[in-house]
Amino acid sequence: MNGVGVGLGVALGPVARIADPLPAPPADPSTRPVEEEQARVRAAVGAVARDLEARGQAAGGTVAEVLEAQAMMAEDPDLEESVDARLAQGLTAERAVYEAFAEFRTHLVAAGGYLGERAADLDDVAQRVIAHLLGVPAPGLPDPGQPHVLVARDLAPADTALLDLDQVLALVTSEGGPTSHTAILAREKGLVAVVGAAGATNLVDGEMVVVDAEAGTVITAPDVATIAAAQARIRERAQAADAPPTPGALADGTPVPLLANLGSADGAAEAVRLGAEGVGLFRTEFLFLSADEAPSVEVQRGEYRRLLAAFPGRKVVVRVLDAGADKPLPFLNDTPEENPALGVRGLRVLRAREQVLRDQLTALAAAAAETDADVWVMAPMVATVEETRYFTALAHEHGLKTAGVMVEVPSSALLADHVLRTADFASIGTNDLTQYTLAADRLLGAVAGLQDPWHPAVLRLVGEVGAAGAAHGKPVGICGEAAADPLLAVVLIGLGATTLSMSPSALADVRVSLRRYTLAQARAAATAALAAQDGAAARAAARASLTAAPVAP
Amino acid sequence: MSVMTRTVVIASESGLHARPAKALAQAAKSSGVKVTIAKGDGSPTNAASILGVMALGAVQGDTVTLTADGEGTAVEATLDTLAGILTADHDAR
Repeated sequence: MNGVGVGLGVALGPVARIADPLPAPPADPSTRPVEEEQARVRAAVGAVARDLEARGQAAGGTVAEVLEAQAMMAEDPDLEESVDARLAQGLTAERAVYEAFAEFRTHLVAAGGYLGERAADLDDVAQRVIAHLLGVPAPGLPDPGQPHVLVARDLAPADTALLDLDQVLALVTSEGGPTSHTAILAREKGLVAVVGAAGATNLVDGEMVVVDAEAGTVITAPDVATIAAAQARIRERAQAADAPPTPGALADGTPVPLLANLGSADGAAEAVRLGAEGVGLFRTEFLFLSADEAPSVEVQRGEYRRLLAAFPGRKVVVRVLDAGADKPLPFLNDTPEENPALGVRGLRVLRAREQVLRDQLTALAAAAAETDADVWVMAPMVATVEETRYFTALAHEHGLKTAGVMVEVPSSALLADHVLRTADFASIGTNDLTQYTLAADRLLGAVAGLQDPWHPAVLRLVGEVGAAGAAHGKPVGICGEAAADPLLAVVLIGLGATTLSMSPSALADVRVSLRRYTLAQARAAATAALAAQDGAAARAAARASLTAAPVAP
Repeated sequence: MSVMTRTVVIASESGLHARPAKALAQAAKSSGVKVTIAKGDGSPTNAASILGVMALGAVQGDTVTLTADGEGTAVEATLDTLAGILTADHDAR
């Protein structure tokens, strides 16, 4: 069966399914007194709430927030009222809980948007309470006692919090796409995953499967040869992971420097260990987010120096502060806007508060002078040639000799020819470029399907920038989730990108993928993808193109 | 019995979704004061109910009214706290 693979991994193991939802409890009259049913409900919601809270504490972070909210839903006073009213009519505890939750679910779905998506969290709570009343195990993660391939419709937050990574060989879901919660988790943790494999609903517990993320397939009843091939690939990947990383390059030797995206100096050592050849995107927001005022030049200089010292002789691209109404900073701009993603953000804010920008450039230039790193600086959210001119001139004035812009707005991509005449380099932020090209808020789950960097409209814009870079002899980097997709990485190089920057955990798979193809093959794959009508077709066309032309020995 | 009210505008970018709804319901519950919340001219719902608060479907810029039973400094302090939660931006990163 086919789905969308995440990464290049392969896994072999027995299926363990997340239990299917419990059936609706029958609407038969209760044989117990109302008070007894009430007591049963109180005990069940209490136990479920305490269990969710404990899971939240174990998980921490944003997952904890979701689980605490779920615990509150279990003990919600309005829900209790609704349950009590149903018990008074003589229903069983199970049925009353089931109906009361269903009533609130209807309200949430009617409210739409984010709240409609929260209905899944509510369903999860309802199932846990009913399971507790029935004395059956709560639907959720299976524990077959051996490493397994976890199969689910899609993973709930409560499930991912407790995922035992030593026991889960791979994830297979029947719903959800490349931007689903499960896919993001798999990418983050480096798990083998195939998502959106509709046939996965037919898999049964204990059945042996081969999960091939690279091919996007799940092979059932694998024969001896298929199993042997999978085992060989698993061994090969384990060895490759242990070997010291090599510089990024294509099969024909064309170098493709592989760089790291970092949000603070703390991750520098790990990035170097994983083979980062420099930093393609250093986000400086962490210096500002907790500050009620901009940090001093001295404080900034110290942080930059700490980062740059980890990359002697290497390229480090620092992005100046990227703030705005979507990421408001009290001292900069906290005026609410109708459309924060289209508002005063990125370079627009810095221009309005130029001293903040000047201080940042001063601190960076001072740190650069104290270390051996090759320091580049770039501005976020540049929409015009005039803004490009403004930023590069200001950076040069502060003694930073390599100044460029991020291409995240379609206007900059379309005018890349002019932009790159002025800027020393361009770096394409594919996440924002996709959100602006498809007019789909990247934080809104309801339009997540449109947030696909494979979309040919996005690829065409990348191609414009690549062509302009080649024409002017200027580097074009990619820093965005797109660069971390091993197949898309090849296409991006084919479109004219010269470096790729990603979260360090993605470097190994991208390095392997690039090594397989020549520049000519990458260009052919890019041409094939550009001709497609949508993201899925572009991906399929690129894959077909690369498979049709095997690497010459 | 007298009531006190407070009318505020929702600040969170994504409205009263799970996180702000949870904060509001928690604060309302622990205050011990009976407080309702209504969106615009809509019917009031128990502010201590996370489900009720979420089902309001209030988004950024919506006007909501908090109504508390009773009067005095304790009630006023509760309304201040709840209004503060509604006017804080829970999506700030």
